[in-house]
Amino acid sequence: MRIDEFFFYAALAGYLLGAFHYLLHVVTSNRRIGTVATAATLAGFAAHTVSHLCRVYALKRPPLTSPYESLSFLAWAIVLIYLAIELRYHNRIMGAFALPLAVLAGSAAAALPRRIAELAPTLQGVGLWSHVGLALFGNAAFALTFCAGLMYLMQERQLKSRHPGRLYFRLPALEFLDDIGFKSILFGFPLLTLALISGSLWAEQARGSFFTWRPREVWSVVSWLIYAGLLYARVSVGWRGRKAAILAILGFCLVLITFIGVKVVKSGQLM
Amino acid sequence: MELFVLGLSHKTAPIDVRERLAVPERELPKVLETLGEVPELAERMFFTTCNRAEVYGVAAGPLPQAVEAVRSSLERYRNLEPSALAGALYTHTAGEAARHVFRVAASLDSMVVGEPQILGQVKAAYTVARAQQATGIILSNLLEQAFHVAKRVRTETGIATAPVSIASVAVELARKIFGDLTGRTVLILGAGEMAELALRHLMDDGVRSILVANRSHERAVALAEQFHGKAVTFDTFHREMVEADIVISSTSAPHLILKKEEVQAIISERRHRPIFLIDIANPRDIDPGCNEVDNVYLYNIDDLQSVVASNLQERQREAERAEVIVDREVGVFQAWLRGLDVVPTIVSLRNRVEEIRTAELQKAMVRLGDLTAEQREAITSMTTAMINKILHQPMSELRRHAVHQDGHLYSTILRRLFGLEEKER
Repeated sequence: MRIDEFFFYAALAGYLLGAFHYLLHVVTSNRRIGTVATAATLAGFAAHTVSHLCRVYALKRPPLTSPYESLSFLAWAIVLIYLAIELRYHNRIMGAFALPLAVLAGSAAAALPRRIAELAPTLQGVGLWSHVGLALFGNAAFALTFCAGLMYLMQERQLKSRHPGRLYFRLPALEFLDDIGFKSILFGFPLLTLALISGSLWAEQARGSFFTWRPREVWSVVSWLIYAGLLYARVSVGWRGRKAAILAILGFCLVLITFIGVKVVKSGQLM
Repeated sequence: MELFVLGLSHKTAPIDVRERLAVPERELPKVLETLGEVPELAERMFFTTCNRAEVYGVAAGPLPQAVEAVRSSLERYRNLEPSALAGALYTHTAGEAARHVFRVAASLDSMVVGEPQILGQVKAAYTVARAQQATGIILSNLLEQAFHVAKRVRTETGIATAPVSIASVAVELARKIFGDLTGRTVLILGAGEMAELALRHLMDDGVRSILVANRSHERAVALAEQFHGKAVTFDTFHREMVEADIVISSTSAPHLILKKEEVQAIISERRHRPIFLIDIANPRDIDPGCNEVDNVYLYNIDDLQSVVASNLQERQREAERAEVIVDREVGVFQAWLRGLDVVPTIVSLRNRVEEIRTAELQKAMVRLGDLTAEQREAITSMTTAMINKILHQPMSELRRHAVHQDGHLYSTILRRLFGLEEKER
């Protein structure tokens, strides 16, 4: 096993342990379990960072090209943004939603070939890497929007039912979740926009056309439109809460289709 | 040296019996002084709330006499008939006493399980007892561990998270909708005790902007003055709802004063910012259909009451998890207590051997006659080293076994073997 793989598996183990304890923390409301969850996640994140650095050192380029690398980077970015939220708001409940997502992305990455392949010249260069990096970071932010949206819908259901159960006590306030959802879109949207721009610039350079109607490109634009619409509706007529949460969930599902449906399934040919 | 608890609580005594032992806080030192005159008592602490009065004690001699002495001392102090407390008092000893103290401090024995005040009250009583040097090693350790148990229960279970009164449930709901309540606006429609209580709770949570509307404008003005709020005219309260985040309605109107369509219009004017409607009027003020509107949360008095009921159940469930923690901590305390049992044995064994050593050393010195200071020193340190080495193994074995159930057995055998019994007791 190469050193970067070892650290990757260590990271995955850390995330798995973190996800398990975050879920347990929601059920038991035991603060010690929460501390264990954070510690495991932090350790996993550190190992993951080391794994990326090892790969950068071995490849002499950012690890952003193969499907394995992309998924691994996505998991890393999700954990990074989640940890930032946890540290900022001192609330661990979102970990029970975000960490399983990171584990999912990480396990999907683990299932993919990790060998270091020679790249075609068209798949190299700062243009493509910045496009992929921006898109992945944007998608990670939308993963958090997705979590916040899911939690919002659950909490809203609890409150509307007028017989709030155990989840009600564990989930944060609606306005807090709405705020996190909005902020994570505000963070992810410019990244996605820049990713689309740099992607089309790269396409123009590599293929001679800004937009070629490939499914991946179409889906990317559709998800961009959803998030743009969401932001617009919020700013103009104050669309928030339930509808915003549903749209955010929908948007992320599209992101997943773009990602898995188009990228991983056709993993032989990258773009 | 046995630990015991003697007391009565809401579980064993009605209020008129509890009153007979209730003591205001400033009188605590006096009670402790009185208990200090009981010779059967080695350590003591008195603890009282409106629901309980208890003595935590350590008997100097046999336990039953100590308990009896404390009881009659209390009766004398309050000038009670010997039968006044009959049937109301309970006694716990050893491990059960520790369990009782832990449960009290962790609010598991409270009338409202999980209420947070009791821990502070126990701490205050302990501080008073310590200031009088009424507590010794056993009670100090017991109470310190009780505080630790209470903290564990608080952090490891959700026993105190669910509010159990109508007003606090309403505030908790508001917090789950809005998060931070500072800077939120509340609108009071009508007046009433319940509305005022809920308002006070909201103000404790940082709500400062208060609007009051009443059919009688004078009453609105009076109420607004009381809470540093603003009186608004009743006929235009719909307009105020664009700004108000929380509406508490308790008018005596015979019909609905707020309909679904009106709320729909208000919510879009609010740009879909959520609004929390609390209808505590009977008959109801607000159309129940309002809850179907997005970003509107409507609770009436029955809803709030059912939340209170389910929260009480929730606390009960969490209390069962807390009992597991208490169980484990009682085990820890008992092990410590048993460890304490062997301390006298260790001390008397040391003393006994030391006696022999000094006596024999003296004899030897006389027989040896003239010796230099160095030679004397060498002989003395040799004898000390010898007994230390011989005693080391049995002492550490005894300490190791002390925390187990059969600890006293080792202690007894050691006392027999070295004939410590006759000398010490």
